[in-house]
Amino acid sequence: MPEPLILKVNGAELSVLQGTTVAVALTIARQACRISVSTQPRGPLCGMGICFECRATINGKRHRRSCQIPCEAGMDVSTDE
Amino acid sequence: MSRESLRQFDVVVVGGGPAGIAAAVRAAQTGMSVGIVDDNPSLGGQIWRGANRDQPAAARQWLQLLQSAQVTTHCGMRVFHQPEPGILLAEGADDVREFRYKKLILATGARERFLPFPGWTLPNVMGAGGLQAMVKSGLPVSGMRVVVAGSGPLLLAVASYLRKHGSIIPVVCEQASWASLLRFSASLMAQPSKLAQAVALKKELAGIPFATSAWPLAAHGSQVLESVTISRRGKTETIACDYLACGFHLVPNTELAQLLGCQLSDGLVQVDEFQQTSVEGVFCAGEPTGIGGVEKSLAEGEIAGLTAANRRQEATRLFTARAKARRFARNLDRAYSLCPELKSVPAPDTLVCRCEDVSYSRTKEHSSWRSAKLHTRCGMGPCQGRVCGPATEFLFQWKPDSVRPPVLPVRVGSLAESVSQPAHGSLAVQGDHQ
Repeated sequence: MPEPLILKVNGAELSVLQGTTVAVALTIARQACRISVSTQPRGPLCGMGICFECRATINGKRHRRSCQIPCEAGMDVSTDE
Repeated sequence: MSRESLRQFDVVVVGGGPAGIAAAVRAAQTGMSVGIVDDNPSLGGQIWRGANRDQPAAARQWLQLLQSAQVTTHCGMRVFHQPEPGILLAEGADDVREFRYKKLILATGARERFLPFPGWTLPNVMGAGGLQAMVKSGLPVSGMRVVVAGSGPLLLAVASYLRKHGSIIPVVCEQASWASLLRFSASLMAQPSKLAQAVALKKELAGIPFATSAWPLAAHGSQVLESVTISRRGKTETIACDYLACGFHLVPNTELAQLLGCQLSDGLVQVDEFQQTSVEGVFCAGEPTGIGGVEKSLAEGEIAGLTAANRRQEATRLFTARAKARRFARNLDRAYSLCPELKSVPAPDTLVCRCEDVSYSRTKEHSSWRSAKLHTRCGMGPCQGRVCGPATEFLFQWKPDSVRPPVLPVRVGSLAESVSQPAHGSLAVQGDHQ
């Protein structure tokens, strides 16, 4: 059984299991990954790094495809793009 | 670029799914130095994603072979440019790496085809394979209501997978007709292994309503998905749900092959009997040569790997297995071809391009992909048309343009590194993202 870890999603602490991707963490936290150019909330679509709908700011780096990145303890994720 | 970032191999394989793994194993077993480069955080491709528990035996066997064959793997690296033949550049989370090859095998797999319908941009509307990938990446779906829709054998596999993980599946909507699926089932009779898979799946799916000639008409919700309206043999019905898992079969990832100048026909990478593309020393295996599933990918991968290692004689032994798998692929293609009614599903304000938020009515005014791109920015966003390209190809019969480097958006720093290489082609910075 994977171990739990704690990361920050838009300032709030969230506990997920090791191996969980950031896109999944955002979905669990009910946070849209990004706001589209016509201000719609968007979440993951393809789940495999193709569609770029899940991009978010991870540890200060913007436009990261969150479905391709596993969560790490202490990671700081924000969806204010 | 630093010395550590340079890697040299006899054979480089792009893509670590079944085709790429089989290719790498067979080449490495002959003593060649082999490296796999894959965009995902771990090997296995989409079908063997997160290769650990509940994996099919074939996945475990091949991954074990890979381990003992001493193949170097580079995960989380996406290839974006070939500055000159024999050199590929890939971008990772924090770096750019250079891969030098004598022979190259492209095993870039496939993605789901998405078709627009009102509300399809709402969060929690995902691909069928997309939602499965999310569950494999830790998303809990126990007790959730999931409508599965679209087309292709993947829908049933996904429905079965989700139910095993505790989801309630109100319905699986397959756009193909019952008659078309019956013909396909009949063709399976000739392939006992496929038939056995189908029978096992049917048992797993017992009790899940399966509707043919059925598709989503609209997804509803204010900030997130709440329900979906489906058309089922002409009648409409609205179903409350937490997720809509919707994909219309698969389209091959051919962008890298196109960038390298490999010839395509009907959207598929053209290969000779030894899986070599029109470019000498560049091979292609698996879905990019025709959507056909694991068996086809493995056979083609093995042939490509052996040929790249100059073992043509051994490669010919796999021709029979490949021929059988390709017959299955052709039947698959026919059975799940898209019905024309799906073209009338988008409303005028339904977004076709999700990156640039371009509506159906705005794209429809144009007569070609190029014209729509230039006037509306359709296909110009970060996905570079990977989602809306196949959609507009179906909706308007548009053919996609040629491919230019970088094949995916990359950091400006990565581009700078790529042009500081000793030799390079012309490099255009596309879009204004990243």
